[in-house]
Amino acid sequence: MEYFLEQLINGITLGSIYGLIAIGYTMVYGIIGMINFAHGDIFMIGAMISLIAILAIGLTASASFALLLLALILVLAIAMILASAFNWTVERVAYKPLRGSFRLAPLISAIGMSIVLQEFARIAQGGRPKPMQPLLSGGFELMHRTTEAGEFIVRISTIQIIIIVTTLALMALFTALITRTSLGRAQRSCEQDMKMASLLGIDVNKTISITFIMGASLAAVAGLMFFLRYGVIDFYIGFLAGVKAFTAAVLGGIGSIPGAMLGGLVIGLIEVFWSAYFSVEYKDVAAFAMLAVVLIFLPQGLLGKPEVEKV
Amino acid sequence: MANTWQADPVLSVEHITMRFGGLVAIDDLSFNVGRNDITALIGPNGAGKTTVFNCLTGFYKPTEGMIVMRHEDGKNFILERMDDFRISQFAKVARTFQNIRLFAGMTVLENLVVAQHNTLMKASGYTVAGILGSRAYKRAEKEAVDKATYWLEKIHLIDRADDPAGDLPYGAQRRLEIARAMCTEPKLLCLDEPAAGLNPRESDDLNKLLLSIREDQGIGILLIEHDMKVVMEISDHVVVLDYGQKIADGTPAEVKIDPAVIRAYLGVDEEEAPPIAEKLITEAIARAENEPPAQQGGR
Repeated sequence: MEYFLEQLINGITLGSIYGLIAIGYTMVYGIIGMINFAHGDIFMIGAMISLIAILAIGLTASASFALLLLALILVLAIAMILASAFNWTVERVAYKPLRGSFRLAPLISAIGMSIVLQEFARIAQGGRPKPMQPLLSGGFELMHRTTEAGEFIVRISTIQIIIIVTTLALMALFTALITRTSLGRAQRSCEQDMKMASLLGIDVNKTISITFIMGASLAAVAGLMFFLRYGVIDFYIGFLAGVKAFTAAVLGGIGSIPGAMLGGLVIGLIEVFWSAYFSVEYKDVAAFAMLAVVLIFLPQGLLGKPEVEKV
Repeated sequence: MANTWQADPVLSVEHITMRFGGLVAIDDLSFNVGRNDITALIGPNGAGKTTVFNCLTGFYKPTEGMIVMRHEDGKNFILERMDDFRISQFAKVARTFQNIRLFAGMTVLENLVVAQHNTLMKASGYTVAGILGSRAYKRAEKEAVDKATYWLEKIHLIDRADDPAGDLPYGAQRRLEIARAMCTEPKLLCLDEPAAGLNPRESDDLNKLLLSIREDQGIGILLIEHDMKVVMEISDHVVVLDYGQKIADGTPAEVKIDPAVIRAYLGVDEEEAPPIAEKLITEAIARAENEPPAQQGGR
């Protein structure tokens, strides 16, 4: 039971990170119908910028908790802004000129941009993994039991709490943004009929750019969280995280924001539980097998809208 | 001549030509649309009517010629030099399509509010103030909803405000499209076959709606229509196209007896044309009044 609880917390934490990245995939897919394969690398860029910012500020674990939190918010802001700038540029350079071209063109361009970003990070920052002392230690004991085998403690660490709370807050914010603001309405209208939206005076190109910026800021949040939680990053983390998050988006129903979050959670939980109860080596296999099973029975994903063609 | 459309045009189409490769879809076309007139653009299939609309709203850039939108405050907008979203935003031209293009997944009310995006965007400080819930944004949003409500009452859809637009019956979707276009506060409303597929009662309702729009909003309406009953009943000015060229331009009464129009529509000789035409058109109108809905509307 304790073990289960501990893994559950780990799974939710990992799932939150996947979910945050997945939202970027799903929003971009929703609005222009393409998979931004470079999105995973935007997440990596976000993590890299976080690391650089932390080092530049000179943040260490010895600072007081309040100061640390404040500094991390600053780091987060820097990472979000710069990652957004990256994603905005990628869209401008590699996708916008191809709008109206055949469907595969931006997809291939996206794979190219993914490689460009990875190589840029490798050359600029070096290929070696970058570890860092954990900044935030501490946490809360949820359960404490002494058994014959020894003490068993279920803990939730501060960073896990931060990750979960931040994710929930961002989810709420983004849901409100999409459903209640004029910008969200414009995005939804572009999703359905771009030409009609522009005839109603909506600047479609700007709306698409904003969508990329929104996705990138969430990926940057995920990047910082990932870095704080696992303490080591390299130029290649974007690939696997990107694939997982993409899987999460498809699993949840691509185009649906709550779906992306749910998909992220499911993938995170499967991965963690599989590693805990079966074998760590096959955790990715388990996650992708789950995707295959769900897509066979629910082709539109968990929360996606089934496509009904009216005739 | 002292026609309203010549004295005070809201739109001047000046010598536009549109070529697609070797095909000339519009050939040196000029006409005016009066500021507060209902102008009908008619012609046989393939005459280039929808192409004219596509040039007006920025989908096509005419190969030659100029399209000028004239606001009453003296500002002129050269439409073929503007991006499509700016045409709606600044030149104030709105349009609908032959097929329905509502945002089917959004609610009826949202369809009308999204058309007021630019006003709301400004009021919300480009979303930042909107998220923070500033008072100015709330007021702007309330105004937007009020305006949407006004139009929903006008088109008798207020009870369905929160239903997905795609669930409405066909005739209601047509009315909603017009209301949505009106929510962008246009000075010229372009309707591509608004009466297509409507039954006679719905068609009558549409006529009333268009007349009241002209009356209350004081804007110009340009419509493509095949339904001669609609054209003759409500339009002040008719422009007839055939093979991309203008063959007649005048009041409905003038156009009805124009030999060139009759030739284009009926393919008969010029001398015998006028009497035959009058008879045929009168008959067609009578028939349209009695016809079952399925056979009526666009051809």
